[in-house]
Amino acid sequence: MLKIENLKVNYGGIEAVKGISFEVDEGSIVTLIGANGAGKSTTLRTIAGLVKPASGTVSFMDEDITNKKANEIVAKGITLVPEGRRVFPDLTVIENLRVGAYLRKDDLTEDIKWVYSLFPRLEERSWQAAGTLSGGEQQMLAVGRALMSRPKLMMMDEPSLGLAPLVVKGIFDIIKEINKQGVTILLIEQNANMALHTADMGYVLETGRITLSGPGKELLKDEAVKKAYLGK
Amino acid sequence: MDFLSDNLPYILSGISVGGQYALIAIGYTMVYGILRLINFAHGDVFMVAGLMMVYLSSWAPLYVTIPLVIILTVLLGFIIERAAYKPLRSSPRMSIMISAIGVSYLLQNISLYITGGLNKNYPSIPWISDTITIGTAVTKRVTVITPILTIVLVVALVILIKHTKIGMAMRAVSRDFETSQLMGIKVDSVISYTFIIGSLLAAIGSILYFTNYPGVVPNSGAMPGLKAFVAAVFGGIGSIPGAVVGAFIIGICENIIKGLDTMLVTSGIIKNPLGLATFSDAFTFALLIIILIVKPTGLFGEKKTDKV
Repeated sequence: MLKIENLKVNYGGIEAVKGISFEVDEGSIVTLIGANGAGKSTTLRTIAGLVKPASGTVSFMDEDITNKKANEIVAKGITLVPEGRRVFPDLTVIENLRVGAYLRKDDLTEDIKWVYSLFPRLEERSWQAAGTLSGGEQQMLAVGRALMSRPKLMMMDEPSLGLAPLVVKGIFDIIKEINKQGVTILLIEQNANMALHTADMGYVLETGRITLSGPGKELLKDEAVKKAYLGK
Repeated sequence: MDFLSDNLPYILSGISVGGQYALIAIGYTMVYGILRLINFAHGDVFMVAGLMMVYLSSWAPLYVTIPLVIILTVLLGFIIERAAYKPLRSSPRMSIMISAIGVSYLLQNISLYITGGLNKNYPSIPWISDTITIGTAVTKRVTVITPILTIVLVVALVILIKHTKIGMAMRAVSRDFETSQLMGIKVDSVISYTFIIGSLLAAIGSILYFTNYPGVVPNSGAMPGLKAFVAAVFGGIGSIPGAVVGAFIIGICENIIKGLDTMLVTSGIIKNPLGLATFSDAFTFALLIIILIVKPTGLFGEKKTDKV
């Protein structure tokens, strides 16, 4: 579904991504794990069209989308839940959902119902300004907002960042649920344990290069991964 | 009762000037809200709208000229943004501010070249320039129309921002460019819309304002532009209701000061006029200094509700 080939990205004057290739199959959950500064966020931001790559290609459903703008990429069915959630604080919860469906012209009632069924907490807070929500609720809203564009592929940048362990578990349960309902997931995480347990396929990113790859369950058993990312 | 009848003319013209400032101030505050840019050229766009009216009205009847002036002013605002601000989108904020100052002088100098620096008589627009009497005050009809039209336009604008899709996009973009792009919003078009609305209101403001004055010169935009800017800061820059309230307060206060001598003399407090009218402009800027000291965010300044 998504195919990255030999992608190189310069970011802030350094080569943050040094030629990586990987694939995301339709219907799967794929994770990129790695330490801070490994180039995970840059990779997602490049796919989303926020950053232009130096070289390499990104193709989605057999179409080259390498140099498309962010708003064109959303229209193709790729959405990014950004790091730090980035909900619009002055907009109400329901307005945040509506803005997530900005490119759609059809009726949103069903989709809003769907998001509220995934996150009942959001329905209670429907008319509240998003800035007044707790961190966990904001993460739910950021996911709900992304779903409103009816994505084929949802990319998530550190959804567990700064959340309590119980909330993190809730978020990962929802990710699996969304995936079951037909949305392909590309997830990057520092919480490698959680991410690898959830993912069908995992890639380990180290200073801009992919050093290991394999099914999530296998990477969990890998000695190097255990040492570096699982603290065992 | 005497007091009211003596001072009614000043209060009326204060409300009217306040409305005109408000229409300009909205342009400042909206652009600031989205780009964090003080658009120094805005007052000059207002002046150019006045000059276009002068020149076009000698070619065509007013029912053609008025809509044409509004359309051309909107186009001017749009072009200024695309040519002078958009290329600097990712540059430091200081660069784009300098570009704004450059555009301001460019418009003034082009106007100077075209007019030769002479005062150009503003056409008198029938009906709105008619003289009417309200109570004891004799004034032009525009004095009454301005505040009403201003309120109507502001209400329409607030509805646009609160309840339409483009309004929602404007509010989103004003907080976060990048996430807005991720939603599929074309940030550049939203910014263009902001300039279009600002210029549209400035064009209407210009028609109402210059009707009260004998003519237009190349720096006619400077003073009303500056005062509208102060009004926007006073109300809390970035806030539309703030800009409107600020503009009315400044308009009314400066006109009361203009009439203060007469007021004091007729009420017997002083014998000879003190020449206080001279200080009416100074008042505006004194107010700016006070507000910056006492409440730097202005009356309705943006509250920060972010939770990180």
